[in-house]
Amino acid sequence: MTLDDRTPVRPAMEDGVPPLRRFPIEGVPPLEVHDLSVAYQRRPVLWDIDFAIPPATLIGVVGPNGAGKSTLLKAVMGLLPLASGEVRLFGEPFPAHRQRLGYVPQRESVDWDFPTSALDVVLMGRYGKRALFQRPNAADREIARRALQRMGMAAFADRQISQLSGGQQQRVFLARALAQEAELYLMDEPFAGVDAATEQAVLELLRELKTQGRTVVVVHHDLANVPQYFDWVLMLNLRLVAIGPVNEVFTAEHLRQTYGGRLRLLTEVTETLRRQEQEVRR
Amino acid sequence: MNASFDWGALLGDANVRSVLLGSMLLGAGAGVLGCFTFLRKRALLGDALAHATLPGVCLAFLVTGSKHPFVLLVGATITGWLGVAAVNVITKRSRIKDDAALALTLSVFFGFGIVLLTRIQKTGAAAQAGLDKFLFGQAASLVPADVLLLGGVTVVLLACVVLAFKEFKLLAFDPQFAATIGRPVGALDFLLNTLTVLSVTVGLQAVGVVLMAAMLVTPAAAARYWTDRLPVMLVLAGTIGALAGAIGAVVSMTAPRMPTGPWTVVAATALFAVSLVAAPRRGVVARTLRRWRTRRRVAEENVLKTLYHLGESDGVWDAPRKASDVSGRRRAKTAGVASVLPRLANAGWVERTGEAWRLTRAGLDRARRVVRLHRLWEVYLTERLHLAADHVHDDAEEIEHILTPELEAQLEAALARPRFDPHRQQIPYDAPVPASAAEPTVVP
Repeated sequence: MTLDDRTPVRPAMEDGVPPLRRFPIEGVPPLEVHDLSVAYQRRPVLWDIDFAIPPATLIGVVGPNGAGKSTLLKAVMGLLPLASGEVRLFGEPFPAHRQRLGYVPQRESVDWDFPTSALDVVLMGRYGKRALFQRPNAADREIARRALQRMGMAAFADRQISQLSGGQQQRVFLARALAQEAELYLMDEPFAGVDAATEQAVLELLRELKTQGRTVVVVHHDLANVPQYFDWVLMLNLRLVAIGPVNEVFTAEHLRQTYGGRLRLLTEVTETLRRQEQEVRR
Repeated sequence: MNASFDWGALLGDANVRSVLLGSMLLGAGAGVLGCFTFLRKRALLGDALAHATLPGVCLAFLVTGSKHPFVLLVGATITGWLGVAAVNVITKRSRIKDDAALALTLSVFFGFGIVLLTRIQKTGAAAQAGLDKFLFGQAASLVPADVLLLGGVTVVLLACVVLAFKEFKLLAFDPQFAATIGRPVGALDFLLNTLTVLSVTVGLQAVGVVLMAAMLVTPAAAARYWTDRLPVMLVLAGTIGALAGAIGAVVSMTAPRMPTGPWTVVAATALFAVSLVAAPRRGVVARTLRRWRTRRRVAEENVLKTLYHLGESDGVWDAPRKASDVSGRRRAKTAGVASVLPRLANAGWVERTGEAWRLTRAGLDRARRVVRLHRLWEVYLTERLHLAADHVHDDAEEIEHILTPELEAQLEAALARPRFDPHRQQIPYDAPVPASAAEPTVVP
């Protein structure tokens, strides 16, 4: 298929996307991403992502399903190979400051029937501070207990994790992140499918982390409360649509660009790349 | 066993001891490593790798001409590992999904192994080499030198698991998180796979390639029923594996021509069946018992509730009622109600007066709570979920039995202690409702 097969028409917008505005950042940005592209089996899922975020900020990452939000987090942490680009943590290439990074994966990413207790999961947040094969010590246990307590889960420390409700499981994951004592947190949908009490607890945690000078990047699906929850917003749909303070970039125009269908040309090039890869393989 | 079977003399025999010990060690090793295979949902990978060891055994023999267990073990380990690698490469590099990759690997490697085995047999060497016992296992063929080697490998395996326990646990539970904190996930995965391959190769001689995968998975699956703690699960799975190994060995010795593998696996499966049925909390018996108790309690609460309803209609709370009064009101079977009432009397909820029964003080309180929960839930459904008043009764019939006191308190607070349910019936509280409380909100 050629690009001409499609009804053409749609004017300008296609490649006339306005250049990203830069917002000034004081101090060393906790996270910088330069020209990052990611591909799954040669199929690009993120194109030329480039941004930097300021310290002590809560940042919501929004975009439609398949926009590459989780992929962005994973790419930043080195869980996926980069097709191109670079990630800097606190001004240096990623691995140098790995221990200053905390991660909350999607709750469904693990099997909650695993034979372990809530406290054990939180203790895993301390593993990064210990050498390979070294056991966590009494201080680590104390930190893990306090993290559970902070999330209102002290009474469930010894509970097997499958006996916890969805919201409680999410709090266990957040407690594990707290136990990491990180300065930059990446959270993948911590508000997804939780009860009202947990939602409130998560929100309070985010705000407390911020007042302690930490930066939290949160993949978020509920557009309605973005302005209440976050300082900055990162709007993503395969490419970076906008990033900046919520009151300046969370606009109807940006939302339309983010959710109003993929850029036609970009999608087609992606599809073509994928098809050619398959043909090569056949 | 009959008396002519002399266990004492048998256990005194060094060969017998080594057969028994060897079988137990291999069962323990496979049981422990199998926990990780099981928890990582890679049971089929274990099957593919077990089958993939057969060409290794044959090739090792063909190349060296020796049937020394160490030589065969090295061969088995190499092709077993190649099998695992093949599955990984196929799933990563092609569009073939993992189930097909496993099936392909298993059959190709095993088929190749059978071809080699047939070739060796044609030359007439198989019988001397005893390679065919690797198909279904022959524990009785273990000699003390074998046990020394297999036991040594098993001890190393278990030591590695103890040493790397925390890393393996994290790898099995949340490998992505492990990667983000800088754990060498690839290397740990390699180590765990290698240990698993070794635990399989150690068991080949006694259990055989065809059934060895069952020794990885069955003890782990059985152990999971008994505990929610990973360390306990490892110990239990090791014990169950050892026990199954011992049973297989005994059968192999008492009937020397019998292949051991099937017997060992049957023993492991029997232990699994026992766990499935008898384990506390997760077992079938415990679950059935729990369900039965709940049903019993629901029946009791329904009778108490009906006694309350009868009191509500005529205003006499402690009037004696016949079983037929209750069953008539609930449209239930009189016999069923009649069987519940004596139980309620024993527990002190009702008193018997002749042919009739009346609520005690405690019984009235309990009945009132059930009615209260029922009506509160009806209010909740109509107010918060906007269901029609005539659609909420059946749901409330269930919920009234399962709400905890905490949920009850939350429900009361959320609805601001309403006085009436959607059918304009009064909601009975233990403490009187202040006069200012809400009037009914939904008109029937």
